[in-house]
Amino acid sequence: MKYLNEYRNLEATNRWLNLIHKTITRNWNIMEVCGGQTHSLVRNGILELLPEKVRMIHGPGCPVCVTPLNLIDKAVELLENNVIVCSFGDMVRVPGSKKSLMQAKANGGDLRILYSPLEAVDVARENPQKQVVFFAVGFETTAPANALSVLQAKEKGLKNYSLLVSHVLVPPAMEAILKDELCKVNAFLGAGHVCTIMGLGEYYPLSAKYKIPIIITGFEPVDLVQGIYMAVNQLEKGIFEVENQYARVVKKEGNLAAKNLINIVFRVGSRQWRGIGEIPDSGYVLQDEFNEFDAELKFGIRHIQVPENKTCIAGEILKGIKKPYECNQFGKNCSPVNPLGAPMVSSEGACAAYYHFTNTV
Amino acid sequence: MNNRAENKTINLSHGSGGLMMRKLLNDVIFKAFDNKYLNRKHDGALVKLTGEIAVSTDSFVISPIFFKGGDIGELAVNGTVNDIAMCGAIPRFLSLSFIVEEGLGLESLIRIVNSVKTAAKNSGVRIITGDTKVVEKGKGDKIFINTTGIGEVHPKANISSEKIKPGDKIIVSGCIAQHGMAIMSQRKGMEFEADIKSDTTNLNFLVKDILDAFGSKIHLLRDPTRGGLAAVLHEIAEDTQTGITIYENKLPLEKQVAAACEILGIDPIFVANEGIFVAIVDSDITDDLVELMIQKEKGKNTVCIGEISQDHPGKVVMHSSIGGKRIVSPPIGEQLPRIC
Repeated sequence: MKYLNEYRNLEATNRWLNLIHKTITRNWNIMEVCGGQTHSLVRNGILELLPEKVRMIHGPGCPVCVTPLNLIDKAVELLENNVIVCSFGDMVRVPGSKKSLMQAKANGGDLRILYSPLEAVDVARENPQKQVVFFAVGFETTAPANALSVLQAKEKGLKNYSLLVSHVLVPPAMEAILKDELCKVNAFLGAGHVCTIMGLGEYYPLSAKYKIPIIITGFEPVDLVQGIYMAVNQLEKGIFEVENQYARVVKKEGNLAAKNLINIVFRVGSRQWRGIGEIPDSGYVLQDEFNEFDAELKFGIRHIQVPENKTCIAGEILKGIKKPYECNQFGKNCSPVNPLGAPMVSSEGACAAYYHFTNTV
Repeated sequence: MNNRAENKTINLSHGSGGLMMRKLLNDVIFKAFDNKYLNRKHDGALVKLTGEIAVSTDSFVISPIFFKGGDIGELAVNGTVNDIAMCGAIPRFLSLSFIVEEGLGLESLIRIVNSVKTAAKNSGVRIITGDTKVVEKGKGDKIFINTTGIGEVHPKANISSEKIKPGDKIIVSGCIAQHGMAIMSQRKGMEFEADIKSDTTNLNFLVKDILDAFGSKIHLLRDPTRGGLAAVLHEIAEDTQTGITIYENKLPLEKQVAAACEILGIDPIFVANEGIFVAIVDSDITDDLVELMIQKEKGKNTVCIGEISQDHPGKVVMHSSIGGKRIVSPPIGEQLPRIC
């Protein structure tokens, strides 16, 4: 906690805030990519401490929010067909087209809320007569453990374990945002946890191609205000570089062992993003040699496709085109108790963060 | 109990109303709670009380049933004792109702009954009536306990949310989030090494002490169990349409609990407690009240965390430790750890 407290320090926060105030001369739009950063900005009341010229835009970096509706429907379909579905906690309340995993559990489905995919392998081992599926949601951060679970299941010879894969990658999403003609983003705060695994390599070409500063940033108040200062500083000087604010955790090359695990089990493939649509090469799919662990193939559920709710503007929220409170459903027909879209459900979702911490409705 | 009996498990016959049930009641329940009210073995209890009476009922459903710092039996007594105390009353009597799942070890039941006995004794309450039902395997979660408490309102107490006014101070009697994190640290699939114990305890004597000393200057008492501190403060703000302001750096939080919350991405103000209370008090008595409470073992971590304000009626605003402000919303459902 001592290490954390240093990054929740009033004086240090104020030092960086003062520098931002002194440096800034123009309006700048800075997108924090990661939902954890959104959560921290709002929870710590940082947004109101920033000068008006800094407009933070909340990015698509919430793995729960971007998981497409049809993947949730597929998980529900499995749950209703006698399969043990294992999932991280945040995912279970997200509504599918008809119901959430929590509602399917209430109807008798065997849903297990777990904290690691390796526990799901144990569930498979303990229940040889049942099929067990782990809902493998997440960005690059959760991919290594999910990959390891597949390798463990293979080593143990388990035939009743598989993954419902919904892995997405951050850099392609950032590029999709930059390509959008409505894009207002002048600089990014890169997702610190993702870079802990992947390193900085993917961000240099992105920064150079779109002439945009990318500051790899942590999650504590001091991290965030320092990251914002670094972005403002580059913008004011007219430079665009990749900088590493989170150097105490992120190495340039990332975590090589974790990357190796990912590459053994997964390959890059096309993925649907909730509210954004399909982005080429924006996620992980299982390598062909691990097809036996692909729940979509195993249970023949690939065909399940459903349209998204048209009244929910999750896509515009996730791309930073609109703020949560600019949605006319916010706090009215859409709240954490009755969410229309995922950004209102997940604890990392921008809409939920605004609803919980700044709601004025 | 002889050794043969101790090795047994509860089965449907124990709830049948027949000989097996009678033996269970005589050997375990009546033996443990031996008192003149219960020993009459009526369908109900006859008691004498004077003045205004407080009544509260609660059902206890928890997994695991034995946890660091306590068990479901102790919780079932302390929980209802505290609910009575929060009414400004002195708890006197409890009813005790077990719903036991077929297959529970008799030894576990005896352990729970003994915890109930000890907790009741420590709180100064008597178990005067009760019930035992057995449900089929799979139709319960080992054991559910319902307790109903009856107490006499303290002569100096005048607990009412209508008395809350701007300027009143918000006092918390101890460290937050301990019970919830103790349970979470022992949940299957989530066990982590931490010496976090549940804070389950009775608060009635501490409440009596402050009522003796400050009487009607204590405006409201609440124990922040499920939903944690956030739920209680939000309810108070909404019910009274006053504003509540609290300060993050004042919140009493043990280092281990803070670290566990951090790892799981859980906000401690939403986590359940079982051994602390929130008091909304007249600002005149704040210092004296805190001084009195910190001298008592169960109030040694008492702190003033904020005040009632005229601003933002119906809302709870927290001043963050870095100088920002945020709204504290009520918890939506169970706290679930985040993906990353």
